Amino acid sequence: MPDRAQMAARNRRVAGAAFGVVFGMVGLSFAAVPLYDLFCRVTGFGGTPMIGQAAPAQPGEFVVTVRFNANTQPNLPWRFEPAQPAVQLRVGEEAVGFYLARNLSDAPATGISTYNVTPEVVGKYFHKTACFCFEEQTLAPGQQVDMPLAFWVDPRIAEDPNTRGIRTITVNYTFFRSLKDAERAGAVASTGPHVGRAAAQP
Amino acid sequence: MDTAAHAHHHDHHHDHKPGFVQRWLFSTNHKDIGTLYIIFSLVAAFVGIGISFLMRLELQSPGMQIFADGQMWNAYISAHGLIMVFFVIMPALIGGFGNWFVPIMIGAPDMAFPRMNNISFWLIVPAFLLLAASLFVGGGAGAGWTIYPPLSDDTYQTGPAMDLALFALHLAGASSILGAANFITTIFNMRAPGMTLHKMPLFVWSMLVTAFLLLLAVPVLAGAITMLITDRNFGTAFFDPAGGGDPVLFQHLFWFFGHPEVYIMILPAFGIVSHVVSTFSKKPVFGYLGMAYAMVAIGFVGFIVWAHHMFTSGIDVDTRAYFMAATMVIAVPTGIKIFSWIATMWGGSVKLDTPMLFAIGFIFLFTVGGVTGVVLANAGITQILHNTYYVVAHFHYVLSLGAVFGIYCGIYYWLGKMSGRQYPEKLGQIHFWLTFVGVNLTFFPMHFLGNQGMPRRYPDYPDAFWGWNLVASIGSYIAIASFLFFFYVLWVTFTKGARAAANPWGEGATTLEWQVSSPPPFHTFDELPRVR
Repeated sequence: MPDRAQMAARNRRVAGAAFGVVFGMVGLSFAAVPLYDLFCRVTGFGGTPMIGQAAPAQPGEFVVTVRFNANTQPNLPWRFEPAQPAVQLRVGEEAVGFYLARNLSDAPATGISTYNVTPEVVGKYFHKTACFCFEEQTLAPGQQVDMPLAFWVDPRIAEDPNTRGIRTITVNYTFFRSLKDAERAGAVASTGPHVGRAAAQP
Repeated sequence: MDTAAHAHHHDHHHDHKPGFVQRWLFSTNHKDIGTLYIIFSLVAAFVGIGISFLMRLELQSPGMQIFADGQMWNAYISAHGLIMVFFVIMPALIGGFGNWFVPIMIGAPDMAFPRMNNISFWLIVPAFLLLAASLFVGGGAGAGWTIYPPLSDDTYQTGPAMDLALFALHLAGASSILGAANFITTIFNMRAPGMTLHKMPLFVWSMLVTAFLLLLAVPVLAGAITMLITDRNFGTAFFDPAGGGDPVLFQHLFWFFGHPEVYIMILPAFGIVSHVVSTFSKKPVFGYLGMAYAMVAIGFVGFIVWAHHMFTSGIDVDTRAYFMAATMVIAVPTGIKIFSWIATMWGGSVKLDTPMLFAIGFIFLFTVGGVTGVVLANAGITQILHNTYYVVAHFHYVLSLGAVFGIYCGIYYWLGKMSGRQYPEKLGQIHFWLTFVGVNLTFFPMHFLGNQGMPRRYPDYPDAFWGWNLVASIGSYIAIASFLFFFYVLWVTFTKGARAAANPWGEGATTLEWQVSSPPPFHTFDELPRVR
């Protein structure tokens, strides 16, 4: 058995390594925030579309239908809907779709949208070249705008055994009121009396 | 030189114990801290079981009986889950038995960092008080033990109750992390000469694996709940899509912690059961190395299966296929352990004393819970069973009937060693059968309720579910009565129990704790034992 001082030094080394692991894991859990985002953007996981690549010069033969879906968080006083229910396009061909957004309130409102495509496996073959969803959108009171999005479908979708049976892709958007705007408008969501004991009382 | 000689002289006052405050509040002695942890766990169990009593009263018949509304119900079930996990099972198995027996079993005089050990214990007490307080602040923290946002964010859990609960988790986590670092250091550095890793008792192995799981998993929970706290109070948006966050990220972080956490709760019980089965079969444990490395394998695989809790959170089919297969792989090392326990009993001279009854009960009930676990591992079936009472039945079979049986098993096995008085055998056996009947009557019908589609986390249900809910409630009253009976057994033990011999179990009990007196002297192993 080593003497007391040696033992204390050895104990400190092991405990130091243990706390190193602890700090490493805390660091990794925070690193997960950007990594998780990056992972989805790179792999198309969860139907995350690819961004910023130009369509190939030569479109393919395969035809897919792209449908448009719209959701709005109740907190955002907008009417937000697709201008057309669906478009048909050949793979490798760039197409444009529009959404209509109208601010129903008498104050400006800023929204930001989340987006993906379903079925989720086609995320890596669905490319957006331009989209209103990349930035916050501010609408003046009563203002209506057309929001464009440009996209193309990778011809490799017809070769991948996991995706070649897919004929219909749905593009989804959910508009949220941006946090800053919600704060400014005093519309930060909070529980009213709808939960808790108070709700039970008339 | 003079002081050294004096200190040496002082050490030889073997059973010189400090005064009450010094001994129990400023304790640095691993046995005293272990005792404190066990007492704490029993006190917390009173609260946790009390809440489950209220829950079963509510669910005994359709309609609202005693709870005011859904939020109050949610707050109570959340408190029940968190208390049982963090303040009953973990303190008893890890802080209690771990502190008591890891140093003795490896022939060490104490833990590596006795003062840190004291901090570990005194962090968990305020943590428990904070969590208990959260029940009485505002509407309580009603987001389930999984605290998923958005339910746990400031939109749906307003007021400080949720923050109190989160801070309680932070303190409990810090306590566990300090304890884990202490165990790892103790086990790596302070083994007696000759006690190699491959000769270490299986309980020590289980604590070593548990400590590593704690070290890797708990900081991730700490990270996740820190983000939740800043989302709630400081305007960040880690889990809020309106600010670019993602609520599913929380589920990933939580279950990266949460899945290893369930092994953290069960591995020490595995260790205890191994000792008890071997002792009461009068045979060394079958396949010692296989048993040790099965625990290592369970610990490792436990980190790569987390998304099986999220099969309905919108993850794609290939991901589900992977997590399903990886989850089922865990059945292999677990099966190795079950079969090794049975093989240990096979051909042994089996004596059915209370600890052995609890050990066999553990093996049987844990296997039932394991089988329903394999059922739930199927992503397709989970689409239907997710968040039903089938899941509630499953995790109570492995935890309430698995880990808790492990605690009882350890208490009866070591009570004579820890207190110096042997429990009355007859009363112990009555306690076992009461508990066994009670918990099975409570949780087995929940499989049927789940298969019929009864969702968890609701205080009310359609009349069609009445029958089995009534049975479950009656079962729970028996189980709760058995818990009170357990205190009677303890009282009889401490007042009238026979003095325990150093080794009351005979030739089957071979680990080092049976070579010191019962109770052990205040300082054990000033002279290091030599292990052949």
